[in-house]
Formats: sequence, structure tokens, C-alpha cells
Amino acid sequence: MEEILTVKKISKKYEDVDVFSDLSLSVKKGEKVVIVGPSGCGKSTFLRCLNGLETIDEGEILIDGEKLRQDTKEIYHIREKLGMVFQSYDLFPHLSILQNIVLAPVRVQKRDKKEAEAEAMELLERVGLSSKKDNYPRQLSGGQKQRVAIVRALLMHPEILLLDEITAALDPEMVREVLEVVLLLAREGRTMLIVTHEMQFAKAVADRMIFLDEGRIVEEGSPEEFFTHPRTDRLKKFLKSFAYE
Amino acid sequence: MNEQVIIMLLEGIRDTLYMTFGSVILGYALGLPMGILLYMSGEDGLKPKPVIYRILDLIINIVRSIPFLILLILLIPFTRLLVGQSYGSTATIVPLVICAAPYIARVVDNSFHEVDEGVIEAARAMGADNWQIVWKVLLVEARTSLLTGFTITTGVLLGYSAMSGTVGGGGLGDIAVRYGYYRWDTDIMVVTVILLIVIFQIIQNVGTKISQQSDKRKR
Repeated sequence: MEEILTVKKISKKYEDVDVFSDLSLSVKKGEKVVIVGPSGCGKSTFLRCLNGLETIDEGEILIDGEKLRQDTKEIYHIREKLGMVFQSYDLFPHLSILQNIVLAPVRVQKRDKKEAEAEAMELLERVGLSSKKDNYPRQLSGGQKQRVAIVRALLMHPEILLLDEITAALDPEMVREVLEVVLLLAREGRTMLIVTHEMQFAKAVADRMIFLDEGRIVEEGSPEEFFTHPRTDRLKKFLKSFAYE
Repeated sequence: MNEQVIIMLLEGIRDTLYMTFGSVILGYALGLPMGILLYMSGEDGLKPKPVIYRILDLIINIVRSIPFLILLILLIPFTRLLVGQSYGSTATIVPLVICAAPYIARVVDNSFHEVDEGVIEAARAMGADNWQIVWKVLLVEARTSLLTGFTITTGVLLGYSAMSGTVGGGGLGDIAVRYGYYRWDTDIMVVTVILLIVIFQIIQNVGTKISQQSDKRKR
């Protein structure tokens, strides 16, 4: 399978502290890669570097064969290939749900409004929220807002979905409804890069697990060996922190 | 009160409204782009440009620190150049606009800063360029605050337009000064003040209503 995302030895510093250094990773089309690690290990920053929301100091990032460069207009085009969903949903508070979803496809991608709205309604239907199309974000629960945010990202027809701790701000009873949507998308064969703290979910969705600690990939592998036979002590310790005995 | 006085007061109301709204509209034509530029070039703006920001910031501060009455006098040659005369309500609009634009720029910049950064980032992640973020995100998301700022600015300009009465600016302030101050006709002065209060109340109430209705974040 072809590689859709290639990260070659990237480094990033904040002032003098390494956020990560010499990080390399490649993702194939349709692959679901889940990144876990302790807070502050650089996993969110890593995702944000991929679509140029943060700059990198060294190395290069190739998306669908195109090199990501912060300083050119190409960045706008490349960002359209990456759909990002954030922890805090970040829906536009003054726009209705439907307006939220079609804004970028219509304004950025210059798609026909009718066509974009029709597709938006189909997607909303699939996540069970078509009745909310004229509501405003404040009228929705956290889980509903996050499902809308996923639909908003999908309507851009991204090559890769970047999910940045999308359930971290949710009440526990809403986590499932959001993760079920993600599982649905995973089964459709979408390429996804997921940062999460939900280990059960990671196990269910991942083709490959990555453990990031102190800006380095400490361990990488299939979910089975990753969770049942962790090789490094650091990963063993990290996984243990999720278990109650 | 005889008929003449009533006609004079009505004309005063008309001139006051003309100056206030004329200057607010022209003030925004100048101040809104300035505010957008101020926000964009600022440190945490969309495209930080320290030099542009500092120059703009300095100009705004200088103009804002000149008392309006002094500005009015300082600008007389400029006003004469622009409208041909330095008195009357049309002439008054010139210093009002010069005074209002930097004020408006600050108000606009402030409103933009109230927009949640996450939302701007989301727009950026979806491939929006800076102008699309300004037009489709900032102006929309900051609208409640922008409308509140508009109302406050209009109120300030109403007050300033009255102040210009001291140098023959026309409108209700002019009447209040000429009759109330120079001729000791307290009745007319009281009436003009009441009229100004009523106009201010109407502007403020309508403005508040509109900005509340524009707010989709809460009921």
C-alpha cells in the first residue's frame, strides 16, 4: 500500500527544551495509527506540526508526496488534505450546525453550497444528528458537538483524519457515542492518526500503536503485542497506570 | 415656546443626527480597516508584523491623547481644505471622523481578541487563509462585541458633536451654547439637554437590543 504520510526526522524545540527530536513515522493509506503517551510527551504538538499549525525546526513532512512548507501558499492546499478534530470541538458559536459544517467546503474549497449541504445532511444523518442542523452549538451536548466537529472535518474530504484527544473534554457517558462514530469511519478504511487516552478504544481501532515519551517513539507495534507484551519498562509502567487491581 | 424655537430645535435634532451618524459611518469606513490591520499585525495576530503594528499603535495613541476640543481647532485648516468651510455640521464631521477612527480601531481590535482562539485555529486547520479568517470567522464571531462597540462609539460621537457647538459646529450642542450660555436662556438649554438625553437613550437601547439578538452563544 502507498504511503500517504511520511515524517522524516523532525525536531522541534520550545525555547531550549526539545519537544521532540529525530522523530520519524510513516503512515500507509487506510492505516489507523494510535499514539499514546504521558501528558506533555509531545503527541498533540506532533499532530499540530503535521498540518503546519506548529512549525518544525528540522526534518521534513510529506503528505501525499507533497512537502509541507510553512512559508508558501501551498500550506492552505495541504491543510485541506488533513481533517483535524480538536479536544475542545471548536465549533463556530455564532453559526448553526449546518453552517458550521459547510463553511469551509463552500468558502475554502469553493464547492457548490447546495451540494455541500446535501452531503452534510447525509453525514449528519449517519451520526444521528440531522435533526440538529438548525441548532446552535450551545444547544448541543459535548458528545453531540464533537460528532458535529467530526462531520465538519469529513466534509472537506480529507486524505487523513487527525484526532487530537477528541474525548478528553467529554463526560464519561458521552465518550462512547463519539468513539463509535470513529470506529465506523475506521471500518470504512479511512486513514487516521489518533491521539487518545482511551486504551480500550485504542485497542479496538488501531492497526499500529505508538508509544511516545519525552519526544521519542519508545515503542511501536501491533495492538496485540503492544498491550499484552510490552517490551520496554516505560511502556509497562505507562500501561499499568490505566489498570486498577 | 414659539414656533421659531421649535423649528430651530427640530433642525438642531436633524443636524445632531446627521453629524453623529455621518461621522460614525465614515469613522468605521476608516477605523474598521485600521482595527483589522491592528489585530492582524499584532503580536498574537494572524500575521504578526511588529513594525506596522508599532506605527499604527503610535498613531492611534497620539490622536486619542489629543482632547477633542483641541483636535477640532487643530484640524480647522484641514477641514477648510476638505469641505470649504470650518463651521457648520458638515465641517464638524471631519474632526469627528479623525477622532473616531483610532477609537474605533481599538474597539475593533479588542472585539477580535475576544474570539476564542480555538475557533480561529480550527478555521486555519481547515485551510482558510488570513482573509477568509477575517471575513468569515472574526467578523462573524465577534459581531456581538462589534455591535456593542458600535453603540458605544455612536454615544461618544453624539457627545462630541454637541461639544463642537462651542465653535459653531451646529446641532443641539450649538443651540445649547448659543442660547443657554451666551444669552442666559436656561429654558432652551434645558430642552436641548433633555433632547440629547432622549437621543442617547434611543441609540443605546436600540444598540443593546440588536447586539443581544445577534448573540447565538446564549439565550
